[in-house]
Amino acid sequence: MKKILKLSLIAIAVIGMNVNAGTFEKVKKEGVLHCGMSTGFAGFAEMGDDKVWKGFDIDMCRAVAAAVLGDANKLNNHSLTSKERFIALQTGEIDMLARSTTWTYSRDTSLGLNFAGVNYYDGQGFLVAKSLGVKDARELDGATFCLQTGNTTELNLADYFLQHNMEYKSVSYDTDAQVIAGFKAGRCDAITTDQSGLYSKLTVLDKSKYIVLPNIISKEPLGPVVRQGDDRWFNIVKWSLNAMITAEELGITSKNAADLAKNSNNPEIQRLLGVNGNLGEMLGLDAKWAYNIITQVGNYSESFEKHLGVNTPLDIKRGINALWTNGGILYSPPFR
Amino acid sequence: MAIYEIEQSQKSPTNTKGPIKWVLDNLVATPTHVIFSFLILGLLYITIPPFITWAIIDANFIGTTKASCTGDGACWVFIIHKMDFFIYGFYPESEIYRINWVFGLSIIFLLLFKYTGKTFKAKIALFSLFPIIAYFLITGGSFGLVEVPTDKWGGLMLTLIISSIGIVVAMPVGIILAFGRQSKLPIIKSFSIVYIEFVRGVPLITILFMGSVILPMFFPEGMTFDKLLRVLIVVTLFQAAYVAEVIRGGLQAIPKGQYEAADSEGLSYWQKMLIIILPQVIKVSIPNLVGNAIGLFKDTTLVLIIGLFDLLTMVGLTSIDSHWTGFATEGYVFVGFIFLIFCSGLSRYSKVLEDRLNTENR
Amino acid sequence: MFTNLYINIEARGIKTGFSFLNERAGFDISESPIAYNANSSFLDSFIVGIANTLYVSIFGIVFSTILGVIIGIARLSKIFLVSKLASTYIEVFRNTPLLLQILFWYNVVLVALPNPKQSIQLGADMILNNRGFSVPRPIMEEGFSFVIIAFFASIALVVYLSKVAKRKFEKTGVNTFLLPWNILILFSIPLLVYVIAGNPLSFDDPVLQGFNYKGGMTYTPEFLALAFSLSIYTATFTAEAVRSGIEAVDIGQKEASSDLGLSAYQSLKLVILPQAIRIALPPIISQCLNVVKNSSLAAAVGYPELVTIFSGTALNQTGQAIEIILMTMSVYLCISLIISLVLNYVNKKLEIKGR
Repeated sequence: MKKILKLSLIAIAVIGMNVNAGTFEKVKKEGVLHCGMSTGFAGFAEMGDDKVWKGFDIDMCRAVAAAVLGDANKLNNHSLTSKERFIALQTGEIDMLARSTTWTYSRDTSLGLNFAGVNYYDGQGFLVAKSLGVKDARELDGATFCLQTGNTTELNLADYFLQHNMEYKSVSYDTDAQVIAGFKAGRCDAITTDQSGLYSKLTVLDKSKYIVLPNIISKEPLGPVVRQGDDRWFNIVKWSLNAMITAEELGITSKNAADLAKNSNNPEIQRLLGVNGNLGEMLGLDAKWAYNIITQVGNYSESFEKHLGVNTPLDIKRGINALWTNGGILYSPPFR
Repeated sequence: MAIYEIEQSQKSPTNTKGPIKWVLDNLVATPTHVIFSFLILGLLYITIPPFITWAIIDANFIGTTKASCTGDGACWVFIIHKMDFFIYGFYPESEIYRINWVFGLSIIFLLLFKYTGKTFKAKIALFSLFPIIAYFLITGGSFGLVEVPTDKWGGLMLTLIISSIGIVVAMPVGIILAFGRQSKLPIIKSFSIVYIEFVRGVPLITILFMGSVILPMFFPEGMTFDKLLRVLIVVTLFQAAYVAEVIRGGLQAIPKGQYEAADSEGLSYWQKMLIIILPQVIKVSIPNLVGNAIGLFKDTTLVLIIGLFDLLTMVGLTSIDSHWTGFATEGYVFVGFIFLIFCSGLSRYSKVLEDRLNTENR
Repeated sequence: MFTNLYINIEARGIKTGFSFLNERAGFDISESPIAYNANSSFLDSFIVGIANTLYVSIFGIVFSTILGVIIGIARLSKIFLVSKLASTYIEVFRNTPLLLQILFWYNVVLVALPNPKQSIQLGADMILNNRGFSVPRPIMEEGFSFVIIAFFASIALVVYLSKVAKRKFEKTGVNTFLLPWNILILFSIPLLVYVIAGNPLSFDDPVLQGFNYKGGMTYTPEFLALAFSLSIYTATFTAEAVRSGIEAVDIGQKEASSDLGLSAYQSLKLVILPQAIRIALPPIISQCLNVVKNSSLAAAVGYPELVTIFSGTALNQTGQAIEIILMTMSVYLCISLIISLVLNYVNKKLEIKGR
């Protein structure tokens, strides 16, 4: 046993020894993207009976893997607790983090990290039982809340109740599973977390008995995170996300991408799919990088509808996450 | 000459054996016996039959979906359906045979180990061969086996991996620490004492946090350790402190004469310790060592808190599957039962060992 | 290694140092023996964490010791069912992980309890529901301090009386039976002062208001599950210590005491237990340390003790893992140091003198 440990120690030390190499070179060399994600969160990162992680966050990882390695499946998923997520990124255990992480000022400035964009505009809300007869969050004076510790949730909740001069009690669990278990057992009157999280929880609760209140008490822009100081990698992740958004805008889907690459006359489509111009080269990627993302993962809309949309158990409407042309705020800088 | 009267022959005493005698002696010997016995029978009456009704009579065993669970009893269908998760975690379906091989091999090796007799070298060879084979089978990536990264490991398999590596590797480390504590060199001695007392003074969970959150900060940039490996390292270091304390107790139990005899034979320090003292120490320490091993086995459940998917974490994870909600109780009972079997099996084995060693000493 | 640490921190612009302790924490803690709200500092949350750790540990220690002694004695009972039940208890609760027990009791019992509007009333003003166990909170008004003083005075009197009685026993061999007198003193004097001071104690009863009961004292389900599991788990180890303590008492002692005509109860109390304690006490004290350490498993059910609040919430908010985990560890180290000092003291006291 000791020998094995020693051997594997050496092996891992050797693998990990490419000191100071950029993240891009490291990922290329290893041929696999180490992506940090949650320990299970319906719609965003969930494990089905086929034992493969799927979800909206996972698709962000898959997009980057497709762009850099040409294969969305060359992915190593690291399940991280909220405590570990930033440290895992800071120390290089993972190459990027896609774990429904809120972009805040203090995280951006004091953790040595960069947020590469927003892939989901969220806001904190409340989930209650219909039988409670509550229609608005301001009727929740004196209520007890179940929440998951380690997020901005606790701070927003405290601020909101202080601001409205109301009282509350809270129970902070450390796993999502326990939040649901506690709520179902009646330990609390409401669950509070990002609305996406509430919809994700509704999937395991009886939908006819619970509702999500309309109030949103905070801004929660969720997005992928990378280490500070590696601008090339930062750009790759940022533009992988933008490629998915732009693809939706241009009407490129995983199904018609091959066809459009051959037949489209739209110069922007041609640039994005690598038929024309040298966008890939500028990022140091293959010309087909965005094509790979779109064919293997899909555009933003496809990924959204597949994991979160109205045809999934989560049943989330696009809302402000619709394109800017459709009344939302999703807006990608142009590809030129 | 005295004349004795003929004694009337007496009836043989009744009830020296049999169930009636047993009841008389054990249940109703005195009024206190009667009261206590009835109280407990009452207690058993209100707890046991409902449990059996729930767990067996009203329970559902057959089916494939939640709909198969109709009665008021337990839904064991859930456990059976999720058995893969409980035992192998997320290990790919097509590769599960490798884990079964390891389980099978471990039994074969244990039998071989038992029947190789007293050939020490053969035992050592077996002992080091098994982990190597198991390592290659589980991780893969060579000999044409698909690599299975550690984030796919989980369930009972992960629990067994963490605890067995922790238990085995901690032995030598703990022995070195125990020797260090007796060392005449002040640096080694004080290091050992501080280390042992530090680790024994803090909860395992804070040490696991160190492994998952602080330890990575100490590695040079670009060099990273797998999370499972970090957990294995800290679990081993944690267990080593407890092993050291047990071995220290054992060392104190060895009579001075043994040391002196070894010295007079002209053995070096290491010869003396390894050949003469250590075997005796281990022999007297076996019950406590097994006790510690059981403790570690139970403590591996703490990896739940740092996000590894061990047997206990699986209960939480599987019970929020949208197709199978509401069966956490069954999960907890099932996992509790597995731990009960393993732990009480181990402690019985240790009792047997202890008794055998005791008789040998007499 | 420390250079690596330095480089890792410096190069990435990660914040370090203890200045965060004075910053506003911004999160609430649901149960706290001392005043705390979202405007308090991280240092306050640290102190709340320590207080809650000690609070639940003391419960655990007291109940596990009581239960453990009972089970340990029951284990050796001649009554078959009693000893069998005790050994089954030990077998089951000792061989399942504590974390599993905590989660089990928490989740399974929580489901079984009713919501606040259908609470179970236990006696006057004691309320049990899935928000916890609420009891009236005693409020000490002016003049209650006299009652406390009177109580301590009566304890002093009892101690004095028993010393006098002991001296008398040593001189004359006459045993004065003081127990009824002691009880009378302990109850009557404080009660008398209480009446004279004009009933200086009132109760704040829990009342149903809006979503939940307000007022009174509430033991939350998290606290109850943790304290309960700690007690029944640790009791198995205490019971084994008590059992081996009793078994270690020489069989001759037991025979001698029954020859002297002592009843089973008397021989247990006067002859066997005093000797058994000498052997059982050190392991029982080490169990106290285990209770304190094991209380850290509260993280799984969200009881706000040190690890949950400080190594959990505060760590997540500040991201300063090294400082926070080291502070947490040092608290446990201090507690363990104190307990080992107690243990040494007790060991010295228990040494058989005069040999």
